[in-house]
Amino acid sequence: MTSLPTAEERSGKKLGLVIDLDTCVGCHACAVSCKEWNTQGYSAPLTDVDAYGSDPLGAWLNRIHTYEVATVDDMPNRTVHFPRSCLHCEEPACVTVCPTGASYKRAEDGIVLVNPDTCIGCKLCSWACPYGAREYDPSHGVMKKCTLCVDRIYNEHLEPEARQPACVLACPAGARHYGDLGDPDSAVSKLVAQRDGYDLLPQSGYKPVNKYLPPRPRRTGVEDGAAAEPKVLEPIAKGDGSLSDRFFAWADQVLTR
Amino acid sequence: MHPAYSVILFTTASGAGYGLLALLGLGAALDVEFPQTYWFPLVALGLALGLITVGLLSSTFHLGHPERAWRAFSQWRSSWLSREGVAAVATYIPAGLFGLMWLGDWDGTMTWQSLGVLSAIGAAVTVWCTGMIYGSLTTIRQWNHPLVTPVYMVLAVSTGASLFCPLMAAFGAVQPWHIVMAAGAMGGAILMKCVYWWSIDREPRVLTIEAATGLGRRGVVRQLEAPHTQENFVQREMGYSIGRKHAKKLRAVCLVGGFGLATSLQALALLAQGPLQTGLLAASIAPAAVGVIVERWLFFAQAQHVVTLFYGKHFA
Repeated sequence: MTSLPTAEERSGKKLGLVIDLDTCVGCHACAVSCKEWNTQGYSAPLTDVDAYGSDPLGAWLNRIHTYEVATVDDMPNRTVHFPRSCLHCEEPACVTVCPTGASYKRAEDGIVLVNPDTCIGCKLCSWACPYGAREYDPSHGVMKKCTLCVDRIYNEHLEPEARQPACVLACPAGARHYGDLGDPDSAVSKLVAQRDGYDLLPQSGYKPVNKYLPPRPRRTGVEDGAAAEPKVLEPIAKGDGSLSDRFFAWADQVLTR
Repeated sequence: MHPAYSVILFTTASGAGYGLLALLGLGAALDVEFPQTYWFPLVALGLALGLITVGLLSSTFHLGHPERAWRAFSQWRSSWLSREGVAAVATYIPAGLFGLMWLGDWDGTMTWQSLGVLSAIGAAVTVWCTGMIYGSLTTIRQWNHPLVTPVYMVLAVSTGASLFCPLMAAFGAVQPWHIVMAAGAMGGAILMKCVYWWSIDREPRVLTIEAATGLGRRGVVRQLEAPHTQENFVQREMGYSIGRKHAKKLRAVCLVGGFGLATSLQALALLAQGPLQTGLLAASIAPAAVGVIVERWLFFAQAQHVVTLFYGKHFA
């Protein structure tokens, strides 16, 4: 059913990700682990066309952009790595435009999914998404998107600590956090409150669940109590030209040869 | 947006077909004097339903799984695409009965006229849904515009009328007011298209790469590195863009060489008689078709999707 669950039907649980733009190092490990897990999981197959050729094409559920922000103050420009995937919106237009009911939002945890058995591949949902989260799989003929690793997070065959999205487990910088953003006391909700987390394109009205933590302001060093001038090391003492000095210099030369 | 040929063919062909169907249905209700031969409904309704059917079939060509297309009739509560599918199929019922009664010499009866009105309503609802598929998308500024759906309606009527007049003329039954109606609808389309283009060219472009990434409060943003070396689906589908220079020329082709020429030929036909009149009306079909195809192509090619901001476009 592509009508969204009503307020009464929704459990209040809003599972999602919090992405820290301050610590992301842009290594693409999240995208690669996502591709690896999902090519055998819910969205399988997630094959690429011409993967090793000159014009590869394939569906990936996570993409990492790198932006340069020309800062307005005197600080140097900064590089911001920006992972982009489905934000599991509260009001997703990608779901309501679906003519077949293949796209749906789960009432129990808010995850937005595509049923690959009923999707007709009309691509209209990808037009309705402002975040570019949906990618058409040309080899499968259906739309693919982030499942929030629905086949990991509830998977009782995995150790409890592994029941998290693959991208979160793979991140070496700890820049991705997973949890319930509907619960104000959850670790992710506290992180969002503490770090001033924000929505992408709030004016779209889709109410994304995933949040982004902005890069922290640059530190000048002054606020730490340290001198603004960089510390200069003492120069190494020069020889005094004595006989022993000259002997050691000669010995050094001979031994270096 | 990528201009998919199957979608352009679908919206233009079925638009003209629904326009012609609506005119035939309304004509029946308004006691228009149709030619007294069963060849007329056979040719005219056959052409209308043929164009609709070709259009609907071509729209399934761009699907990943055309064999599942029947599922698209289920989500009419939320989806304009589903509503369009339901309306399109439902319209076949009154239209088919309308045609059968006409061929069976039951034309002129109250039932026949009612079926004509129902066919016209079905056609209007279907084209309205087509327009709303695009008009309801807030991700594309050029589509989420109040004139988008009305333009779909007017172009369906005017291209339908461009077929209606030469058909009536070929059977010797065309009246001057039919031609005035056709030329007037086309003139209305030209006017609405001009207002629409004027409006989208002047709209403030508030969505920027800074707003999309949320990094604007730190300064000016530019994409340093794309996520992948080759274009992905999102860029191929949503990132299609056309140079402003070409867009200007194509708008001129659409308005002058297309709709303008068609209207002029129809105006000339008003002054002519007999075979010359029929010839002029028939000749107006080609420029009308060129106009509507170029218009539809530009409708896609000039649409800028918000997602292009993430891929480095500064404005959308």
